[in-house]
Amino acid sequence: MTSSVQPVTKPTREKSRGIFTALPAAIWLAIFFVLPLLIVFIMSFMSTGRGGRAVMPLTIENYVDVFDRFISVVQRSLWIGLLTTLVCLLVGYPLAFFISTRKSAGMRNLSLFLIILPFWTNFLVRTYALQTILGNDGTINGFLQSIGLISEPIAFLNTPEAVIIGLVYGFLPFMVLPIYASVERFDFRYVEAAHDLGANDLWAFIRIVFPMTLPGVIAGFILVFIPAIGTFVTSDLLGGTRGLMIGNLIQQQFRNNQPLGSALSIVLMGMVMIALLIYIRYGDQENS
Amino acid sequence: MPPIDVELRNVIKEFPARRNETPVRAVDDVSLQIDDGEFFALLGPSGCGKTTTLRMIAGFEETTYGEILIRGKAVQHVPPFHRPVNTVFQDYALFPHMTVLQNVMFGLEMEGVKRAEARTRAIQALELVRLPKAIDRKPRQLSGGQQQRVALARALVKKPTVLLLDEPLGALDLKLRKEMQFELKTMQRNLGITFIFVTHDQEEAMTMADRIAVMDQGKVLQVGTPEEIYETPATQFVADFIGETNFIRGNVLSSNGKYITVKLDETTTMKAVSDQPVADNQEVLIALRPEKINVFAAKGTIQYDEGSSESTEDYKKALLRDPNINLMRAKVLQDVYIGTDTRYSLDIPGNQDIVARVQNFGLRSDTYFTSGQEINIFWNAENARVLTK
Repeated sequence: MTSSVQPVTKPTREKSRGIFTALPAAIWLAIFFVLPLLIVFIMSFMSTGRGGRAVMPLTIENYVDVFDRFISVVQRSLWIGLLTTLVCLLVGYPLAFFISTRKSAGMRNLSLFLIILPFWTNFLVRTYALQTILGNDGTINGFLQSIGLISEPIAFLNTPEAVIIGLVYGFLPFMVLPIYASVERFDFRYVEAAHDLGANDLWAFIRIVFPMTLPGVIAGFILVFIPAIGTFVTSDLLGGTRGLMIGNLIQQQFRNNQPLGSALSIVLMGMVMIALLIYIRYGDQENS
Repeated sequence: MPPIDVELRNVIKEFPARRNETPVRAVDDVSLQIDDGEFFALLGPSGCGKTTTLRMIAGFEETTYGEILIRGKAVQHVPPFHRPVNTVFQDYALFPHMTVLQNVMFGLEMEGVKRAEARTRAIQALELVRLPKAIDRKPRQLSGGQQQRVALARALVKKPTVLLLDEPLGALDLKLRKEMQFELKTMQRNLGITFIFVTHDQEEAMTMADRIAVMDQGKVLQVGTPEEIYETPATQFVADFIGETNFIRGNVLSSNGKYITVKLDETTTMKAVSDQPVADNQEVLIALRPEKINVFAAKGTIQYDEGSSESTEDYKKALLRDPNINLMRAKVLQDVYIGTDTRYSLDIPGNQDIVARVQNFGLRSDTYFTSGQEINIFWNAENARVLTK
């Protein structure tokens, strides 16, 4: 049911005091976020000088470069980001559904605890561990060889697939948690209503459960896609040159070509912004 | 005799036990036969098993034991989406992410009806519930009454054999509820669909239903028309639950067929009706509706509006010519004026308190009595019924 809560107008004094409470954060963000962003934005339109420094005059050459020379890396980043998100969704939705439909609260809490347990270990350490597992002398190849399934090790490492495995592992909780929250809120009487009207379980899921838990899915999508597309640790350690992503490129270019690095950063940010706009448009429909 | 639409045979529903508890038997050996085109009410207090019974007919709950037949076919193992029944849920359960029209079309789409046809039929259903203008709105933009209509249209558009309604008017305010009661009744008559309807509101059940099953603690206590249930309640629970009832205790003095004479105290007896044989000296409980009790002044003269008058003694004599009239003295303990009637709390022989409801005709002089007054009361023995436990 909709509850119509009357908006309470706070006294003006309260409002003005509200500004002061946000002031420290505003100053912090102005100095360490808005200012660097502006610098990067301006640099992305500057020419490259000695030692890769940004110099005048202004030019759009860097952007031409991004779309000329590095378009494959941009595409790969998008592709890896999307695939990672998709795999997280396919794995995470059933998991979130399973957890949130457990009857006992103890079971639910234990499951959620297990989901966030990996965060207790540093992400870098976990990625190195994955390197060990996926490597040519690693756990998986060792096992497959010992049972005689393969004679030569499979090259898991230094492929885009390895990057996706690493990213899915790292970001799965970000998909599971918002979907969990959505399914938890979902009232299963709607499924009864759907059954009553002739929908079997599959149709009830497609037409009722999934659309009604979509806000959680979209939130999870954003929470996975944004960090996945901009990753550089995972792709650096697991992807090699074939798994090179825009994040790695930015890191490289800031060493020897700052304006190009800046342009790459702005392009990455543009992609993130598009994702966020989609989220704003569709993500929180229920409350709008 | 119309054919039987829905039949329950010895249906039992047990919910599995929680730790260290015995299983809960929500529905206990219920057998019912509901006719085609009937408006049938399951009436009882909360927790009596009425909603569980409805949910078993819909297919949301499995029966633990017994059979449910719809049009002669056993459906215990048929999933809800294959049963020819549709439900109007208590809180409507309208899909919040769909418009009104999409909600109503949903059931048709699941049947595989083509979009254009589904749309036409959905609009017709919304016209039937007099809500054709709101088709593009979302459920949350509608009032409770409008949501109720959408829920009704969504179920009726499927042309079910049986429509199940789970406290459908519970969330509406009183005035709207009264309107909807008549509208539902009219709609059911016109459509000829069997309605099975769950409520805890006895007045609602009486207003709408052709027949009522009164339930308590998982059991059906009585099935009958509103009149049968009201006038001849089978048990003390039914008598108490449906309307207001006085319970008078006494010992059987003698019996003559269905008429029995009961002793209230050393000097007072009354006649009552019993459907079952009773033994002499047996203690019985007699149900007597407050509105069946008539009152008049203990002494003096009764003036009538048209000018005539009569002494109370003559009035008494005339009454007692009918052997079925119970007449006795009572003392008014309390008088409450409630407009159309006056409610008297009375002390009658045998030290028992009963309530009488007297309509305020205003046609005679002895119309209002106040506390402390001695008065005469009388009623017909046919209205005083011995209850089985």
